[in-house]
Amino acid sequence: MEHIRTTKVEQVKLLDRFSTSNKSLTGTLYLTATHLLFIDAHQKETWILHHHIASVEKLALTTSGCPLVIQCKNFRTVHFIVPRERDCHDIYNSLLQLSKQAKYEDLYAFSYNPKQNDAERLRGWELIDLAEEYKRMGVPNSNWQLSDANREYKICETYPRELYVPRIASKPIIVGSSKFRSKGRFPVLSYYHQSKEAAICRCSQPLSGFSARCLEDEHLLQAISKANPANRYMYVMDTRPRHRVQSWWATQKDIGRIIVRISSKIWNDEKIRESDEKKRLNAMANRAAGKGYENEDNYSNIRFQFVGIENIHVMRSSLQKLLEVNGTKGLSVNDFYSGLESSGWLRHIKAVMDAAIFLAKAIAAESASVLVHCSDGWDRTSQVCSLGSLLLDPYYRTIRGFMVLIEKDWISFGHKFSERCGHLDGDPKEVSPVFTQFLECVWHLTEQFPQAFEFNEAFLLQIHEHIHSCQFGNFIGNCQKEREELKLKEKTYSLWPFLLDDQKKYLNPLYSSQSQKSAVLEPNTVSFNFKFWRNMYHQFDRTLHPRQSVFNIIMNMNEQNKQLEKDIKDLESQIKQRKTKQTDGILSKELLNSVRPESPALKATLSLKEQALLPVNNVLRTIEGSSPADNRYSEYADEFSKAEPAVVSLEYGVARMTC
Amino acid sequence: MSVIKSSSFHTHTHTNLSLFQVLNNFWQFIQRTPCCAEVPAWWVQLHAFSVQGLFGKNSEQLTNSSSGLELEGSVRGRRVESPTDNTEELWLLHSNIDAIDKRFVGPLGTIIIKCKDFRIIQLDIPGMEECLNIASSIEALSTLDSITLMYPFFYRPMFEVIEDGWHSFLPEQEFELYSSTISEWRLSYVNKEFSVCPSYPPAVIVPKAIDDDALRKVATFRHGGRFPVLSYYHKKNGMVIMRSGQPLTGTNGRRCKEDEKLINATLRAGKRGYIIDTRPLNIAQQARAKGGGFEQEAHYPQWRRIHKSIDRYHILQESLIKLVESCNDQTQNMDRWLSKLEASNWLTHIKEILTTACLAAQCLDREGASILIHGTEGTDSTLQVTSLAQIILEPRSRTIRGFEALIEREWLQAGHPFQQRCAQSAYCNSKQKWESPVFLLFLDCVWQILRQFPCSFEFNENFLIMLFEHAYASQFGTFLGNNESERCKLKLQQKTMSLWSWVNRPSELSKFTNPLFEANNLVIWPSVAPQSLQLWEGIFLRWNRSSKYLDEAYEEMVNIIEYNKELQAKVNLLRRQLAELETEDGVQESP
Repeated sequence: MEHIRTTKVEQVKLLDRFSTSNKSLTGTLYLTATHLLFIDAHQKETWILHHHIASVEKLALTTSGCPLVIQCKNFRTVHFIVPRERDCHDIYNSLLQLSKQAKYEDLYAFSYNPKQNDAERLRGWELIDLAEEYKRMGVPNSNWQLSDANREYKICETYPRELYVPRIASKPIIVGSSKFRSKGRFPVLSYYHQSKEAAICRCSQPLSGFSARCLEDEHLLQAISKANPANRYMYVMDTRPRHRVQSWWATQKDIGRIIVRISSKIWNDEKIRESDEKKRLNAMANRAAGKGYENEDNYSNIRFQFVGIENIHVMRSSLQKLLEVNGTKGLSVNDFYSGLESSGWLRHIKAVMDAAIFLAKAIAAESASVLVHCSDGWDRTSQVCSLGSLLLDPYYRTIRGFMVLIEKDWISFGHKFSERCGHLDGDPKEVSPVFTQFLECVWHLTEQFPQAFEFNEAFLLQIHEHIHSCQFGNFIGNCQKEREELKLKEKTYSLWPFLLDDQKKYLNPLYSSQSQKSAVLEPNTVSFNFKFWRNMYHQFDRTLHPRQSVFNIIMNMNEQNKQLEKDIKDLESQIKQRKTKQTDGILSKELLNSVRPESPALKATLSLKEQALLPVNNVLRTIEGSSPADNRYSEYADEFSKAEPAVVSLEYGVARMTC
Repeated sequence: MSVIKSSSFHTHTHTNLSLFQVLNNFWQFIQRTPCCAEVPAWWVQLHAFSVQGLFGKNSEQLTNSSSGLELEGSVRGRRVESPTDNTEELWLLHSNIDAIDKRFVGPLGTIIIKCKDFRIIQLDIPGMEECLNIASSIEALSTLDSITLMYPFFYRPMFEVIEDGWHSFLPEQEFELYSSTISEWRLSYVNKEFSVCPSYPPAVIVPKAIDDDALRKVATFRHGGRFPVLSYYHKKNGMVIMRSGQPLTGTNGRRCKEDEKLINATLRAGKRGYIIDTRPLNIAQQARAKGGGFEQEAHYPQWRRIHKSIDRYHILQESLIKLVESCNDQTQNMDRWLSKLEASNWLTHIKEILTTACLAAQCLDREGASILIHGTEGTDSTLQVTSLAQIILEPRSRTIRGFEALIEREWLQAGHPFQQRCAQSAYCNSKQKWESPVFLLFLDCVWQILRQFPCSFEFNENFLIMLFEHAYASQFGTFLGNNESERCKLKLQQKTMSLWSWVNRPSELSKFTNPLFEANNLVIWPSVAPQSLQLWEGIFLRWNRSSKYLDEAYEEMVNIIEYNKELQAKVNLLRRQLAELETEDGVQESP
């Protein structure tokens, strides 16, 4: 609270984001320890969590007051005008402090109290059990086992304690490999496809500047390949664009060579490699050819695949551009599409999707295991592994399965949520919408396969809301070790049970477990299938959305159907009861009397319900008020808006004169 | 003309019409009846695998000549096997063919048929001569100059006509709907002989205060004789939308007292009106050099003019060509797709038209002012605006019958030159000035509103797609001709079937009904922000993507709605039963 100087400012104006004529709502602004609250004259409340604030900007003073623009991480943008500059300055400073905490302990999750006792809290945390999930996939089995190598986070700090590796990979091999891989993130199992016996594995890039080959790493890759009896080759997928790792790619190729035992020193210093790449490659080829070690059969057991997903910095600026474009006032269609194009956002989404499709195809069609990596193996690798699994396994398309997927491929494998989401006041270059992209890819899948997912768009939006909200402990911290140190399970709550309690809101009414039979989704990534996700990036701009939602209607109707089914059962049993009673009635009057008291009441409620039934239906379908002012048609006709007062005043003038 | 060989011919053409939409891929190719100028055949029939015996001699003969021919559809998707004898058919109306290309690689000839509904079909035909013959036949048949040789004149329906569509939406009936509320307006037959305005219908609604002689004078002052007539009457406040051609002021600022009197007659005392000119000011000014122009403030002091810029003619046609070309390219990367979508300007046109229509509706409903809308001729952008404003304002025009009436009133009778505008579609390179997808843009705008208010329309997307198809190629006479006068001369009412006769049968209507429809009496204000507008996939990506999963989802949705109705009915029934039992009980117990 020490940051809050002013807790309440009156006569604040909230401007319409897209209006060019300063249309506004006037109300009172409150600052609490956790939220910014604006209550307008109609008592409509706008709550903004401090953690959601991405940037606060104080614009130049105008005649009506001091403008304050707040951009949120959930893509809400609010534009206030505070009458007095002093107040504005106070609020500005407070928000700057409140939106960027220095310590984890100051995050909302540590003070949030949903009134649960410790047992409930613990049960909440135990809701998603990853050991259970690996069991579901079918590991451990004869080829894969649980490794205790990282039990104490000694090998890799950013991996979870429990890792699954090929049974034939011994601990020294793992340790050796981990030394060869960036941040110690050696190849481990991410997803096991039981019927194909193929695996998705993940790791980080081999360390550059390493002066020799790494036998242990070679062994580990061999072991992964051998753990799949169904196929003699495996893929190594580098999710980075080829041009960015051109030099690096050569070394990738070399892994293959190493595996076929070309004994040569090929890992050179990065700088040397970059400078005389060609010379070296030639030399290498010569060496290989000259010594005649090349064994075609063995060489073919690793296939390299590049998919061009750009790095976190490119993604960050891409989103920045996208938001600039769609936040423009009076945006024209052409500016919108050229902005969409130049932001590159949809191109990046398509790249992630294409990578996941490649992965899923390798497993489903070729039964080949795939090792996925990028640089550190926690951004693009997480995107591709999780999306690939989602395509392959219908379980991940259920509400609970999706939670498991996020826990597994994102949280446990050390996607740096706190850094990527900017939970703390840290390096802005670490912030990147990697997880948002994953959610957007899933949304695109739900658009192409409207019946394949148990959850709906609101579920994705809600999860997106909470990766930034810091209200729950799940996404706080950057890896499991850090989370344990923060004692999140004791001090904070897990998001998942709350989402499950609210499940009704997140159910897809069209979900059909039948369509799950076609278990592997094969999305079409033709460019025209990718669309701007309006409900995400304009979630709070009500006027841009359809005024009637088919989805909500169907969802409510589905709910209503369930209720009706229940009613029918009740009614049928009552009728049956009555009928039997009627026949027995004369014999056992006492029985009748015992039931009778409830029947008049019941009848009353029933008849009430019958009347209520249709109005309910109507409520479902009413349109959210739409008005021409919201849509600013007249702004496109300057003459129109200017003309009106002139006409009116003239008429009044005439009227007065005649009086 | 002895064109009709036998009535059975028509029987078959009709039975197969339904297959037309179902079938997909890999056709063997058969061309129906040998062709020469005097004996037109109206259909290209595409046959898969084996040929049904259904067609008698003709088809057998053709099977022999074309056996082993393979046709590769551009449509991707799985082959649908028909339940009968492994036969698949595709019937294509010749008038639906927009362009045809031929290519030869060695002895193999390829014909690519490009349809006006944007579908592309590729036929591989061995034998150069045969290929050339087929190609030239198709070419000749798809470009008949005489309207009277077109299929609608020979089509005989196989369904029972319940209601003759030609009489479904008579101007008198439409006026009846209003007559109780509008006393200041009358139905005028000044154009009975089409002599005052060739593109107007015989009956038009005009202010009561203006007599027919004045109308004749006004007609000379307006482009194409299109004097201001009533387009829509807003019952809520008595304000109106009128439409007309541009005033012929010319460079010397000609004026016409009767014209001023006519449009002022529609204003209530002390009220002002708006004139929406669909052209930008500079274009309107240029029009004066050619004798056209716009209403000068000095002569129309009670009216405020607003200029908008809705494009017309070849600009729209080029936009369509670019858009369709881009939609057909499956290989382009994301940047190219987005930049081509932008360069086509299609959605810009949509936005401009919708914005103008919304502005008109806003003037009427919120500002309480009457409006006059015109562009140059008043047959294109003017009609887009007047009809869309009605969709926004009037609940009736969002019902199936109301929408049909709207098309009849605001497009057919208002003289939108369908014959000219829809002569060619996106694949033709003739580039005639009068070819322009004005009506398609209107349908697209309706679709945009439908998407934003999915429960406020009685019809669904398929209804709009169907109208698009029939405007370009149809077995019905409804969209033939450029105006009522031409339709009268062609005797379409006597010689052809109306589209509405077919559509308004319950079996057809069920396909076009929106299961979510709930009558909504409010004015619906759509969003016109670029983020809210979308490419109409049902039209432009129709042949380029599989809609299997979307169709299944739609079916599921319909099932849920049907099930809901069923359950409600059942609950009500059971409650009644229970109530009866209870009263019986009561009767038994009380004594």
